[in-house]
Amino acid sequence: MATIDSVTTSTDAHADDSHGHDHDHPSWLAHHFDTPEQQFDSGKLGIWLFLVTEILFFSGMFCAYAIFRMLRPEVFEGCSQFLNTKLGAINTGVLLFSSLTMAWAVRCSQTEEHKKLVALIATTLSCAMVFLGVKSIEYSHKWGMGLLPPGSYFYSAANEHPTAQQLVEIHGFSESMAYFLTNSLYFICAPFALVAVAVLVWLIVAKVSGNAFQYACAKPLLVVALSFFGGVGLGMILESGGEHHEGEHVAAAGDHSDAEHGEHSGDDHGDSGHSHSIASDHSEASADEDGATMVESPLGDDYAAVKLLAENETNTGLKDLVAAERTQQSIATGKVLTDPAASDVGISTVESEVNTPRQAGVFFGIYYCMTGVHAIHILAGIGVLVWLLIRAVRQDFNRQYFGPVDYVGLYWHLVDLIWIYLFPLLYLIR
Amino acid sequence: MSDHGHSTADSHDGHAEGDFAHPLPLPMLFGVFGALVFLTIVTVAQANYDLGSFDIAVVMFIATIKAVLVGLFFMHLAFDKPFNLIVFLSSFVFVALFVIITLSDANMTSEAFENNPNDAPPAAAAEM
Repeated sequence: MATIDSVTTSTDAHADDSHGHDHDHPSWLAHHFDTPEQQFDSGKLGIWLFLVTEILFFSGMFCAYAIFRMLRPEVFEGCSQFLNTKLGAINTGVLLFSSLTMAWAVRCSQTEEHKKLVALIATTLSCAMVFLGVKSIEYSHKWGMGLLPPGSYFYSAANEHPTAQQLVEIHGFSESMAYFLTNSLYFICAPFALVAVAVLVWLIVAKVSGNAFQYACAKPLLVVALSFFGGVGLGMILESGGEHHEGEHVAAAGDHSDAEHGEHSGDDHGDSGHSHSIASDHSEASADEDGATMVESPLGDDYAAVKLLAENETNTGLKDLVAAERTQQSIATGKVLTDPAASDVGISTVESEVNTPRQAGVFFGIYYCMTGVHAIHILAGIGVLVWLLIRAVRQDFNRQYFGPVDYVGLYWHLVDLIWIYLFPLLYLIR
Repeated sequence: MSDHGHSTADSHDGHAEGDFAHPLPLPMLFGVFGALVFLTIVTVAQANYDLGSFDIAVVMFIATIKAVLVGLFFMHLAFDKPFNLIVFLSSFVFVALFVIITLSDANMTSEAFENNPNDAPPAAAAEM
């Protein structure tokens, strides 16, 4: 009980004037706790129990991952190629660094270095924002390419970046959905831009009205809000660098074939039902992936010119030639059955392709579920860290009351821990 | 704010009896961070080598080392009351039960999901 005495005597004066009534305990010690240590330990056990529920929650998704990877290891291997390892590795580094600054912040709250504490929490927040910025580049890039959960998956290697119009005409999306998918980066950035503007306005108002406390809060928060766009820029640089070799292939083969490809599938399959046209479109496209260079060879260098001419509606002869060429190629690769009558036997053959909408869709469904829920946890972490930042500016924490910093830190480390497993499991499958 | 100077002033007395905080030394934090970054580089590098079926085991092993480092030092478990560690580890017991039982179930009833494409051609041939 010597502990109580030492605490209460050291903070007696403070407790009286801030609390107003005659309790002999500091304002930060709740009534039902005897000592600060008891309060801290209870809170700590509480946050650990919460983290246990978080682990059990995530284990459901890891289990789904394990089941599908066990049943279809080749799908995971194939689809993992679409994830940019560089972006994943950078995000891992950013999260690890934020974990370091968070652990350091806990130390600062214990040693009562208030200025440093604010700076470190702001750094942690900025890292979280950079993470989300890089993530939004990854997501918007994949949405534009149609690497989506089953049902909306529309990726085709022949035309990796379809226009909004093509999405409506070929894949049957509504116009607003197609617009969203092709411009998703702007939609993701918009709320963050609004927040940044709001914080800027807050900063100016606080400065003008001379509210030093609000100014001290808004200043680091503006840096935090802007670092999201730093993350977006970082993601853009890395994405364009990593995509370069793939991009050339698209520019060479994709540009010529996409318009023709759309018409072709529209003409031939438009009458035989919508879902069928999508399915055949995809199977042809996946054949193209393998034969992209082969397709060029039979007609020599003129083939691109022939395809350009075939884009003209009236040029039916060349259209048929290109269609025949395409059919021949897809049969030659042995992966696609073009005759619908024969396809009931060949379903398994078609589905053994990794990149069918259904199988790849399952991978991306799991991918979005796991990384998306993780990103929601990052957002929640940002929320509590902002609360912590404001309290740190107010200098609420001292060597006997640093629980909130420690608890948020534990949560933040758990989010990092989950990413430590997600990164190799999703990005590093060869 | 008002008690800031006050509490620092008598922090020497406090350390003797009332203080329970255990600030981690900075070299330890930086050391752990360095080890984590190093292990991340190792994970990315090993993905370039074909380790066959050991691939997933190696990846999970490195990730687990990283997780242990984060848990013991950043999450302070190495210096905490052991009860927190027991609570934390107990969750993994249930995760293991959950995943192992579900996986073995899925393994035995995998036809319910989809036929394995490798088995399918003979079956299709038989139908013809």
